[in-house]
Amino acid sequence: MDWFTAYMLPVIYAVTMIVVVMSIAGYSVLAERKVSGWIQHRTGPNRTALPIIGAIPVLGPFLTRLGLFQPLADGLKFLFKEDITPGHVRRGYFIAAPIIAIVPALTTMVVLPFGQYTDAEGVVHPLVLANIDIGILFILAVSSLGVYGIVLAGWSANSKYPFLGGIRSSAQMVSYELAMGLSILPVFMWAAVPEPGNLNGLSLFGVVQVQQGFWLAMWQPVSALIFLVAVFAETNRLPFDMAESETDLVGGFHTEYGSFKFGLFFVAEYAHIVIGSAVFVVLFLGGWNFLPFIPAPWPDGMVGAVMSVLWFLLKIFFFIFFFIWVRWTLPRFRYDQVMTLGWKVLLPLAVANLIFNTLLIALRDTL
Amino acid sequence: MAKTKVLERKPLSLAERTYLPQIVTGLKTTLVNMLRPSVTLQYPEERPVIPENYRGVPTLVKDPNGREKCVSCQLCEFVCPPKAIRITPGEIADDADTAHVEKAPKEFDINMLRCIYCGLCEEVCPEEAIFLQDVFSVSGYSREEMINNKQKLYELGGTLPDRHRKWDKKKAAELQGAAHH
Amino acid sequence: MSETKQLETVTVNVDGVEHAFPKGMNLVDAVASIGSEIPHYCYHPKLSVVGNCRMCLIEMGMPMRDRATGEALLDADGKPKIGWMPKPAIGCATTVAPGMHVKTNSPLVRDCRNGVMEFLLINHPLDCPICDQAGECRLQEFATDYGRGYSRYTEAKNVKPKRTRIGPRVMLDDERCILCSRCIRFSKEIANDDVLGFIDRGSYSTLTCFPGKQLENNYSLNTVDICPVGALTSTDFRFKMRVWFLKQVDSICTESSVGANTEVWSREGKIYRVTPRRNDEVNDTWMTDSGRALYQLAEAENRLLRYAVDGQPSSFEAAIAASLDALKGRRLGIVASAHASLEEQFLLKRIVEVTRARVFMAYHQGEGDGILLSEDRSPNLRGALLTGLIDSLPAVDLSALDQALTAGELDSLLVIHEDLSALGVSADNLAKTKVVFAGTHSNATSEAAQVVLPTLTVFERAGSFVNQNFRAQRFKSAVPGPQGIASDLTLLETLAALVVGETPTHPDVNTVWQSLSVANPVFAGLDYNGLGSMGVALEPGPLAELPFVETRNLKYNPR
Repeated sequence: MDWFTAYMLPVIYAVTMIVVVMSIAGYSVLAERKVSGWIQHRTGPNRTALPIIGAIPVLGPFLTRLGLFQPLADGLKFLFKEDITPGHVRRGYFIAAPIIAIVPALTTMVVLPFGQYTDAEGVVHPLVLANIDIGILFILAVSSLGVYGIVLAGWSANSKYPFLGGIRSSAQMVSYELAMGLSILPVFMWAAVPEPGNLNGLSLFGVVQVQQGFWLAMWQPVSALIFLVAVFAETNRLPFDMAESETDLVGGFHTEYGSFKFGLFFVAEYAHIVIGSAVFVVLFLGGWNFLPFIPAPWPDGMVGAVMSVLWFLLKIFFFIFFFIWVRWTLPRFRYDQVMTLGWKVLLPLAVANLIFNTLLIALRDTL
Repeated sequence: MAKTKVLERKPLSLAERTYLPQIVTGLKTTLVNMLRPSVTLQYPEERPVIPENYRGVPTLVKDPNGREKCVSCQLCEFVCPPKAIRITPGEIADDADTAHVEKAPKEFDINMLRCIYCGLCEEVCPEEAIFLQDVFSVSGYSREEMINNKQKLYELGGTLPDRHRKWDKKKAAELQGAAHH
Repeated sequence: MSETKQLETVTVNVDGVEHAFPKGMNLVDAVASIGSEIPHYCYHPKLSVVGNCRMCLIEMGMPMRDRATGEALLDADGKPKIGWMPKPAIGCATTVAPGMHVKTNSPLVRDCRNGVMEFLLINHPLDCPICDQAGECRLQEFATDYGRGYSRYTEAKNVKPKRTRIGPRVMLDDERCILCSRCIRFSKEIANDDVLGFIDRGSYSTLTCFPGKQLENNYSLNTVDICPVGALTSTDFRFKMRVWFLKQVDSICTESSVGANTEVWSREGKIYRVTPRRNDEVNDTWMTDSGRALYQLAEAENRLLRYAVDGQPSSFEAAIAASLDALKGRRLGIVASAHASLEEQFLLKRIVEVTRARVFMAYHQGEGDGILLSEDRSPNLRGALLTGLIDSLPAVDLSALDQALTAGELDSLLVIHEDLSALGVSADNLAKTKVVFAGTHSNATSEAAQVVLPTLTVFERAGSFVNQNFRAQRFKSAVPGPQGIASDLTLLETLAALVVGETPTHPDVNTVWQSLSVANPVFAGLDYNGLGSMGVALEPGPLAELPFVETRNLKYNPR
């Protein structure tokens, strides 16, 4: 049995986690299409039907109208399309690029807490695959690796539009990484208050625990704003989708990609969104805590754990919706505007915010 | 030369320069629109309402007597900008009921791969025999299939009312008019 | 028409501008010659004037003269005073006269035309969609140019006979007839077959044939041409194609040595009809019905469409190689054709020279009608004489060839167009000889030939013919030939060049004419384009004294 707990259980947990995140990513695509449809007075996908489930009276047509089977069809399409590798690409890197793009997106979730479990003795445990002290550092480190996939894709495709897309993407990632990192420092400075017994450090679970009263979005609005913008930029979402920008670069870095390889990029983007949403919820929206100043009504034990997870998911869903909502509201920035915003606005702002909070903490400590 | 008036732009306020209020306004707009009903027509289950003067697939029509109205004058063939129409004229047999019309198309082909739905054929037709009616969706597996022959054109066209009854009047006149001889 | 005899001209003022016209010219023609128009239906330059359509009404006046002194009266500006006639006059019955003043577009004239058009259209059936004349109909043209644009007539229209067959080739629709009587005058004056007339004079005037007669002479289709409206239509062309789709190309009729000028009307490579083209030196504006029907030969069942060697289809190159085998180093006879063009005969002459072949030719003859069908039933016999292919008139048949074959004097034959069996060569003789046949249609000779070289018809190739009056006239290619068939010129040039081992060129009529104009002084200074649409009269010299078979006809006067 030790063997099972030591090796098999983590694997099962990991696979479950991947399945959940990937399904959310898949259904984010559906959500994207549905929401964009509604915003434009359309209906979105409402035709794909499964043979047996779709035939159930009332429920079947309802699910079909919602387009719930559409991600399945999309996924199958990616799988079964002819996989063309153009002759002029650098083959090894070309094939490696989509894998490099999706691996960081899936890796970051290892340290992501998604609920809490209060055991019989009243001790609160995080629900997380690996509860490490430097969670946020891990996330920042790994997620910035994602840019290598895009840069490699742009370069190895060996044609001009992907190349431009790759360049834009790397420049953008580097620019916003800075502001992002700086913006969350005050959060952890407040969260890791040097009090006796507080060993939170850079632990994400600790950050959530701190937010039982105030949510950090209320406490650190500037940080939240900078982080929010940076997350949009890091995930290459509108209004920052410089790397794709289908109007001027056709498809940007993935112009030369098709079928399953393109599918990997596609899923990676949505996985990034899911993870980005989760991180934002953890850092600024109180994680699985119920509402500001209202103690979590979750009971102890398994039921409470499930409820906390569901509440956490609900917040993530809202945030995914927010991502989509912004995409269908704002137009794309020009490339120079993206750079200006990153370097001349967000970075100074983040630095100023950091200094201000440092002074504030120093002042509090001296008093 | 008209005098150019340079308008001073109002400087942006601080709130405007952050863009944030504008973004919020934009989000509000899209949210409101999202809650409105969709205008999508679920084709092919739901069909659009075709207006009376719609220019769909060109068809040949018969008059209420079942006589084919086309007399193969070939004006449509002449006027057709993409040369989609091809007519082989023919003669109506002397013993036929409509012998007084003398002329009818032997073959009448409209190549729907060429047709641009301009409606000039309908406009030019002196016999009101060709109409662009309400069929708007055509498809086929081969080029040959996309050429509507005479039989297909009459199937599509059906019978339309005839306001003039020119040939009926002509026949009546021919039957009783030779009285002076 | 010699240059020395100065034409006497008269000066006429047409719409305020002075013009000089030859004396005696009809006013309608005179105005047409300056690019203006007096609309007319019944007038035809080659027929007598009747003046019954009243469409050509114009205002006319002469300079006034003092009755007492005969002095010209001048107006305030010092110009001659014009005495305008109080009522309009018909232009077709007016001959140009010195000092005459004419208004062809005054308000009164426009009113007159408008009124005439309205009367003509009162009983006209709205048949245009089913009328073959539509597109070349004077009634349509003048209704657009001079008509009022709408009808005020609300009463019932007259009913007259429609769809009447008045002859084997002509249909009559009396409702469309405007009673111009052109057809009646043509039958009487030109065709000498007086069969048409009007009956039921008045509102019900009707064109009809005389009892027991039909319009069946060989010129009946000319009535269709001159009918300004759709009353007379051709049975053959009936409902075949609208005229506005047809392309017209100048050609020459090959029926007889008259060489009537024609227009070939075709659409997308298919010929629909042949009509005469006006040439006052050759055929005026007429041609025979039988000549018009010749276009059907281009799509005849027995048309030769493949090169063949020993009855098996072959390529052009293989057929040429097989022909050379027959031509080279043998005792060769060449049967030339008077249906070949001048250019082809010239190239054939080259082959004759290099192979030292004996040339045979047949003189195709038939009964002439004294009008536009001559006794010589080939279009280019005189061309064969001029190119030197033959030096005297040939015999009616090819019995000389038959004798030579019987005597074993010839090994092989190159036959152009002719059917030897029909011209007196026995089948036995044909069978024992190597025959290369170049022609358009299959016949007994092509069946017996070892090599068959298909050629193009007159409608598919370009060239020139020399007619009964030694007039060189050109014809152009109206439609493309059947796929894969080389032109006659290319064929003959290839043979001529390969026989002597040269590299064949690709000749066209212009390059052949360059050699032709050098070879015979008769053609000096001429080229294909220089022949023009009307042709050029040649000076044949002593050749004209040969006893040609033609007797007097419309434009031929034997010496």
